[in-house]
Amino acid sequence: MSAIADPAHALTPSGNLVRRQFVSRLVLAGAVGAAALAVAVLGILVFYTGLKGAGQLSLTFFTGQLPSYNGVGGGLGPALVGTIELSLFATVIALPIGVMTALFVSEFARPRVAAVLETALDLMAGMPSIIIGVFVVLLIVDNFQQSVIAAAVALSMVEVPLIARATLVSLSRVPKPLREAADALGVARWRITLGVVLPTSANSILTATVLAVARAAGETAPILFTCSVFTQAYAVNPLHSVPSMPVEILTLAESEYPAAISKAWGAAFLLMFTILIVNICARLWLNRSRRKRGL
Amino acid sequence: MSSLASSATDAVHLQRTRIVRLNRFDARADRLLRIVLLAAGVLICLLLVAITYQLIHGASLAISRYGIGFIGRTQWIPNLKEFGAWPELYGTLITSVFSLIFATGLGIAIGLFLSMLAPRSVAAVVGPLVEMLAAIPSIVIGLIGVYLIAPFVRSTLEAPLHSAFGFLPFFGPAEPVGNSLFTGILVLTIMVLPIIAALTRDVFLTVPQELRDGAEALGATRWEVIRGVVLPTTVSGVTASCMLGFGRACGEAIALAFVVGGAPNAPSDLFKAGNTLAAMIVNQFSEPVNALHLSSMFYLALVLLALELMVNLIARVVTRGARRAW
Repeated sequence: MSAIADPAHALTPSGNLVRRQFVSRLVLAGAVGAAALAVAVLGILVFYTGLKGAGQLSLTFFTGQLPSYNGVGGGLGPALVGTIELSLFATVIALPIGVMTALFVSEFARPRVAAVLETALDLMAGMPSIIIGVFVVLLIVDNFQQSVIAAAVALSMVEVPLIARATLVSLSRVPKPLREAADALGVARWRITLGVVLPTSANSILTATVLAVARAAGETAPILFTCSVFTQAYAVNPLHSVPSMPVEILTLAESEYPAAISKAWGAAFLLMFTILIVNICARLWLNRSRRKRGL
Repeated sequence: MSSLASSATDAVHLQRTRIVRLNRFDARADRLLRIVLLAAGVLICLLLVAITYQLIHGASLAISRYGIGFIGRTQWIPNLKEFGAWPELYGTLITSVFSLIFATGLGIAIGLFLSMLAPRSVAAVVGPLVEMLAAIPSIVIGLIGVYLIAPFVRSTLEAPLHSAFGFLPFFGPAEPVGNSLFTGILVLTIMVLPIIAALTRDVFLTVPQELRDGAEALGATRWEVIRGVVLPTTVSGVTASCMLGFGRACGEAIALAFVVGGAPNAPSDLFKAGNTLAAMIVNQFSEPVNALHLSSMFYLALVLLALELMVNLIARVVTRGARRAW
C-alpha cells in the first residue's frame, strides 16, 4: 500500500537506468567541454594577438611606408594596398570560373560528367597551398617574373573551389517550381539559367565570394614565391611584385629585431581581425537573406 | 476577299518565321552558354593535370637520379648534392597522424554537441565561433605557435608528459627549445579541429529524425541514441571528414615552418625538432644552392601531392562504399 501511496516512485530511475543516465550525462558533459575548449582556444588566440598587436595601431601604422630591416619606423600602408590589390585581381579571375563551373555542373552536365567535375573541385579544394605556389612559379614566374598577376592566379586557385562549392549548394536550393514555371512558359535553357536560377542564388554566391576573399587574403604560401620582391615603397604595378600583409608579417617575424616583431604582431592583429569581422558579417548577411526568402 | 485572306496567312507565316528564328537563336544561345560553362570546368581539370605535369617536369632531375628510393633516403645536404625525403615525409605523417588523433575525438564531440545535444540558440552561436577558428590565417597561427604555444610546451607540458608517458618512444625528456614536432602537432590540432567539427556536424544532421525518435521511443538515453543509431549510420561520413582534416594537416606549410624546428632528422621523440614536406619547401625554395637542390624540392612537392591524392581518394572510396550500403 505504501508503495502505491508514493506516485513518484515509478518515475524515479533505479538500478541499471541510473547507470545509463549517468553515462549519458557524462558524455553530454564531455561534448560541452569539447565545445567550450574550442571556443576558449579561439578566445585565447584572439586575445593574445590583440594583447601583442593592438598597441601597434596608429595612423602611421596604416599609412607609413614599410619599416626598414630592423623594423624601426614606418607602417604597413603598402602591404595593405597590396593585399587589397591581390585580393581584387584574384577574385576577378576566380569568381567567373567558380560560378561558371558550378552552373555547368548543376544545370548542364550529365551525372557522370558532373561527378568528374565535382571530384576535380574536391581535389582543388584539398590542394596544399604551397603546391599551388610552387606550380605557379613553374608556370608563370619562371617564364616571366614575380608579379601581382602570378600571385593572383595562385590565389584564385585557392578561391575557385570555395566559390564553386558554395555556388553549387545555393543552386541546389533554388526551388524546383521556379524552374518548372519558366520551363512551362517555354523559356529557353540559357535564359532560365541566367535569368532565373543565377539571380535567385546571387546573394549566396556573393557571400561565398566574400568568404573566399577573406580566406585568400590571409594565405601566405601561394604568394611567398610569386609576389615577394618589393621595396619599402608603395607599389601597384600588376606586372611587378607588390608588398602584402602575409609576406610582410613573415619577413618581420623572421628578423630578430624586437621592433620588427612588434610590427609583425600589429600586422597579424590587423589581418586576423579584419578577416574575422568579414567572416562574421558575411555569415550574418547570409542568415538574414536566407530567413527573408524563407529557405 | 482574297487579298484579306492572303494578308492573314502572311501574318501567320511571319509569326511562324519569327518563332523559328527565335528558336534558332535560343538553340544557339543554349549551345554557346553550354560551351562557355564547360570551358570553365575543363579549365579546372586541365589545371590539375598541369600541376601534376609541371611538378614531375620540375622534379625530373631528382627523379632520374634517385628514382622512387628518394622517399627512403635520409640525407639532405644541399652542398654535397645529397637529398632524400624521409625526414620530411616522416615529419608530415607523424604530425598529421597525432594531430588527427587529438582532433578526431574533440571534433566529433563538438559535432555531436552542435548537431544534437545543444539547444538551437546555443548551437547558432557556438557553431560559427568554432568555424571562426578555421578562418584564422595560418601565418597568425604560426606566430602564436612560436610565441605562445612553443614556450608553453617547453615549460609546462614536456616534463609532465615525459613522466606520465615516458615509456612510449614519443615523449622523451624535456628539451631546451620549444620548437618541435609536438608543438607542430598542437598547432595542427587547432587548425584541423574546426574542420572536423564542422564537417561531422553536417554529417550528423543528415541522420533521419525518425531513426533518432524511434530509438528514443524505445527508451534509449541520449548517449545510447548516439552510439546505437547516429554513429553507426554516419561512420563513413565521419571517416571521410577525418580524412579531409588529415589532408589539410599534411598540406599545412607556413604555420609548421614557424614551429616545427626545421631539423633534418626523423626523431621518434616528438619533443625534438623535425621538419615536414611543406615546411621544407617554405624554408629553402627561394634560395636553392644548385639545380639538384631545386629539383629535389619539386620532388618533395610531388610526394606531398601524391599523399594528398591518396588521402582524398580514400575519403572518396569510404563515402561511396557507404552510399551503396544505404
